[in-house]
Amino acid sequence: MILAVASGKGGTGKTTVALNLALAVAAHATQHSHPQVILLDCDVEEPNAALFLQPILKHRGEVGVLVPDVTADRCTGCGRCAQVCQYHALAVVNGRVLVFPELCHGCGSCALCCPEGAIREKMRVTGVIERGQANPSIQFAQGILNIGEALAVPVIRELKRCLIPRGSGPYLVILDAPPGTSCPVVETLRGSDVALLVTEPTPFGLHDLELAVEVARGELRLPVAVVINRDGVGDQGVERYCQAKGIPVVMRIPMDRRIAEAYAEGRPLLEALPEYRQRFLDLYQRVQEVAKQ
Amino acid sequence: MKQLVILSGKGGTGKTTVAAAWAHLASQEAPIVIADADVDAANLELVLAPTRLETHDFVSGNVAVIDSQGCTACGTCVTVCRFGAVVAGNGSYAIDGSACEGCAACFYQCPVQAIRLEEQRVGQWYRSRTRFGPLFHARLFPGKENSGKLVTLVKQHARLLALDTGASLLLVDGPPGIGCPVIATCSGAQTALLVTEPTASGVHDLQRILATAERLRVPALVLVNKADLSTAKTQEIEAMCATRGVEVIGHIPFDEQVTRSMVGGQPVTAQADSPASVELRRAWERARALCLG
Repeated sequence: MILAVASGKGGTGKTTVALNLALAVAAHATQHSHPQVILLDCDVEEPNAALFLQPILKHRGEVGVLVPDVTADRCTGCGRCAQVCQYHALAVVNGRVLVFPELCHGCGSCALCCPEGAIREKMRVTGVIERGQANPSIQFAQGILNIGEALAVPVIRELKRCLIPRGSGPYLVILDAPPGTSCPVVETLRGSDVALLVTEPTPFGLHDLELAVEVARGELRLPVAVVINRDGVGDQGVERYCQAKGIPVVMRIPMDRRIAEAYAEGRPLLEALPEYRQRFLDLYQRVQEVAKQ
Repeated sequence: MKQLVILSGKGGTGKTTVAAAWAHLASQEAPIVIADADVDAANLELVLAPTRLETHDFVSGNVAVIDSQGCTACGTCVTVCRFGAVVAGNGSYAIDGSACEGCAACFYQCPVQAIRLEEQRVGQWYRSRTRFGPLFHARLFPGKENSGKLVTLVKQHARLLALDTGASLLLVDGPPGIGCPVIATCSGAQTALLVTEPTASGVHDLQRILATAERLRVPALVLVNKADLSTAKTQEIEAMCATRGVEVIGHIPFDEQVTRSMVGGQPVTAQADSPASVELRRAWERARALCLG
């Protein structure tokens, strides 16, 4: 099963849910013959899961975008490349091609269209992917967008190639999504079996939950379930909304200063409050049921 | 006219709470213009309760469409598409609009011209009136691209009105992260206020947004929210800022009034004596002195 943890609003507890679910299921799996657990931190602008997991990251690879590299003595300055580029990443000035690599999406259309075969492509590095292992037996990978780079999607796309499980046994892939509802979130959610949306019971939480539901259920047709974090603050709006839309609320995490303090220190919730282990295993059960529907 | 943008790197640290409070305080002193640059999940309007005066469509980018009648299923489009957007259909191919980046590579390579490009209406932007001044805000439709362009558009219109009306300040509530919409938000700003929280994630993410602001040459100020959650992490933030020569202009204590005000659709500073309000006012006075001179 591929499970994406998303939220719309930032800071609602996506990483807390993704990581503690991974820890609970992985610990359980060592005692019973259960799924391989893979956790991917897809919030490549601000990845945080590794702070809590402290994984050993053995593999590190650069990722980027293939940008045009014009061979000057073949180029006739015809301007076809600039004409076909939809992102204004190429311009022809005084018969010479200027490339603006930071605008390039790496589609390769300019190279295909150049009548002289004067465009090759070279990799422009925009981030890194790190892969490794965390205890207990969690395969972990994260993408990190380089500072000053605009495009998160190519890094996420490359990161998601890490999710292919070894062997044929059952697996649980957990994707920790970035906040928001635009292209990086879509890239993360695409191909998942279920979206778990983490929210808080406030007007901001509700507003952004509605947008997240529009993306996950409306655009991508994924089954969705909701986790209410900091339950007890705010108002009843989120509960009423979920009921009206027939969205199951599969977990409620109360407002609890001990949880906030463990989070502040970078300690996983399960380590600080082990009694939550069973609750996260129950969450796994319920999400599996939602995914099957 | 000065432009102050509120950012955070990490989501949910309190950007919008600060933006609403400072809009309230600043508008009591001089006319201001407000912009919400979080076009994915715009929450400022939940507090400012705007009256919409103008609504404009945001048309940006294309999506490829395959004419199933003309398609000979030769598969060229599948080969050239680097975004996995071409899906096999019944005797022809089709485009998955959520994956298509509108690069037009397939359009130019299709040997039978069975592919066309359609412009996409991907969002709306609004000019509104609020009790604290004019508000420019937008909504990118869920799952769509080009949030950076929409941010630029919103800010351009806000800036022009601020210049026309002689407003002293353009206050911009920004998006989370460090990528495309954040870079667009920073353009033209004199000051970036970075709202953080004393948690492991908060410290990590602050480091990345500080580096981003430095790269974009926007002077930063830091405001620590829920500062009493962890003294150790608050000290870590102060040390990090001192090393970089960035001033920490305030420490907002955890205060239940913040959520109560949000539920009531009010800036927290409407309750002038609450602990968070007192510190928000003090921080505003410092930011005003530094940013507006």
